[in-house]
Amino acid sequence: MMREIYIRPSWLVIVLILLTVILFAFDFSSEPLQYEDARNANQAAPEEAITVDLTQFTNAEENQKCFQCHGQSKYSYENTEQGRMVNERMYNELIISPNDFYISNHRTFKCTDCHSEEYESFPHAGYLRMEYKYTCLDCHEGDENYAHFYFEEIDAEFMASVHSEKHSDDFTCWMCHDPHIYKINARTNENIRETIIYDNTICLDCHSDYRRFQLLTERQRPNLIQSHDWLPNQELHIASVRCIECHTEKQTDSALVEHKVLPKELAVKNCKECHSSNPELLASLYKYEAQEVRSKNGFFRGITTSDSVVIGASRNQTLNIISLVLFAGVVLGIAFHTTLRILKK
Amino acid sequence: MSQERLYLYPIWLRFWHLVNAILCFILIVTGIILTINYLIFFIGNLFTFNGKQYQIEYRGLSSRLMKQARYYAFGIFTGENPPFPISKENKFNPLQRFSYVFIMYLFIPVVFITGFALLYPNTIPTIVLGTSGLHLTDLFHIISGFVISIFMVVHIYFCTIGKNPGANFKSIMNGYHEPL
Repeated sequence: MMREIYIRPSWLVIVLILLTVILFAFDFSSEPLQYEDARNANQAAPEEAITVDLTQFTNAEENQKCFQCHGQSKYSYENTEQGRMVNERMYNELIISPNDFYISNHRTFKCTDCHSEEYESFPHAGYLRMEYKYTCLDCHEGDENYAHFYFEEIDAEFMASVHSEKHSDDFTCWMCHDPHIYKINARTNENIRETIIYDNTICLDCHSDYRRFQLLTERQRPNLIQSHDWLPNQELHIASVRCIECHTEKQTDSALVEHKVLPKELAVKNCKECHSSNPELLASLYKYEAQEVRSKNGFFRGITTSDSVVIGASRNQTLNIISLVLFAGVVLGIAFHTTLRILKK
Repeated sequence: MSQERLYLYPIWLRFWHLVNAILCFILIVTGIILTINYLIFFIGNLFTFNGKQYQIEYRGLSSRLMKQARYYAFGIFTGENPPFPISKENKFNPLQRFSYVFIMYLFIPVVFITGFALLYPNTIPTIVLGTSGLHLTDLFHIISGFVISIFMVVHIYFCTIGKNPGANFKSIMNGYHEPL
């Protein structure tokens, strides 16, 4: 008699579990973002060598006069009173990394385009620190070349935000967007994770740094981990969405990034706002991506092809249709079979 | 400072929300129970004679499947006898055995493995084969879930094919099969 060949199905399960274990072993390196770590992500390292090719910048030679002191954590000058060279530490707030500057939006500027030319002499005159500091609208208001950035709307949103209402005029655009190193991100960066870190760092710069926080308020800095305790999978949320997703009011379709930061009582606390078929995230984090691909591939393709998946929000239309057709087919098939069985009885 | 109370949640919304919450909770709890329950099946089949019923004989598999399918499509209406009568050694017909193996040894494990991964999303590798791990897990989970629900509908329907439409349901309650 021929030996019978059997497949033992238990093996299937064992193979399946093994496969899962192997997959997991492959990638366990993606450490979730911590509030305190994120704060340091963008900070310029002092004494770094200039890696940008400066020959392409006509402003480089002129700016180098400033960077030789302000580009690093220490500077030296000749003390004429004592007749010797002196080394001094540069205050952290006054250090601008040339590497960051020359990739920023304002990289073609000379320092003296915005700052007084009198800074060219050293020591700088005391009254210079009172000089007026330009804000975004001083240069960008009503400029057609920048119309697609909606500076005026951003300003109006900002004026209605807690940042503007609760604080004095000291709270300017520069609190979040350092003009020396700011570079446009949400619409140029294809890596959503990087955009998330970049944007959250802006918030955490003050909200997780007591010294900066204290500059504007007498309040104790709230413990972010505690105040976000209610959030399930807190670490994953912090690494996957931006603070502004929940803490701003979603406005029109125009400006890419919302600037009307709401009081914390009005922040999104309802899971369904993101984890549903018409999620808020489409209106904010994936806004640019969604706008770009909406016309080409249909509305939801943008979110299904991105490297981020929102449980409950990501939809696959094709799969929906296939499953509906299959289900209808099964029900009809059963109905047909039943009818025949009754008729042929 | 006292603020005015806002009526934000009308009664229908609160009702819908509560039902939604309860159903989601049931889905999670039943998913966990399903996993534990699966262990009973798995261990039972590993150590008892019942496991034999799930071993597919590879040789002649397709012709046996076709024979059974032909019976359901035509023979059943002309009063033919089932091609594979039920016995203690062979309690499943070839189609049954084939589908049961796929459901119990492939789709159910996929559902609970991916289900637990989705319950703890930070355990899922971010990138698998160049695409989002979460996305893949999500897809596997819903596709398997869908296949299982389709199976359930078909399974219940096929159970009405017996000595009389209720016979097989009685069998799974009292343990005894009623011969045709």
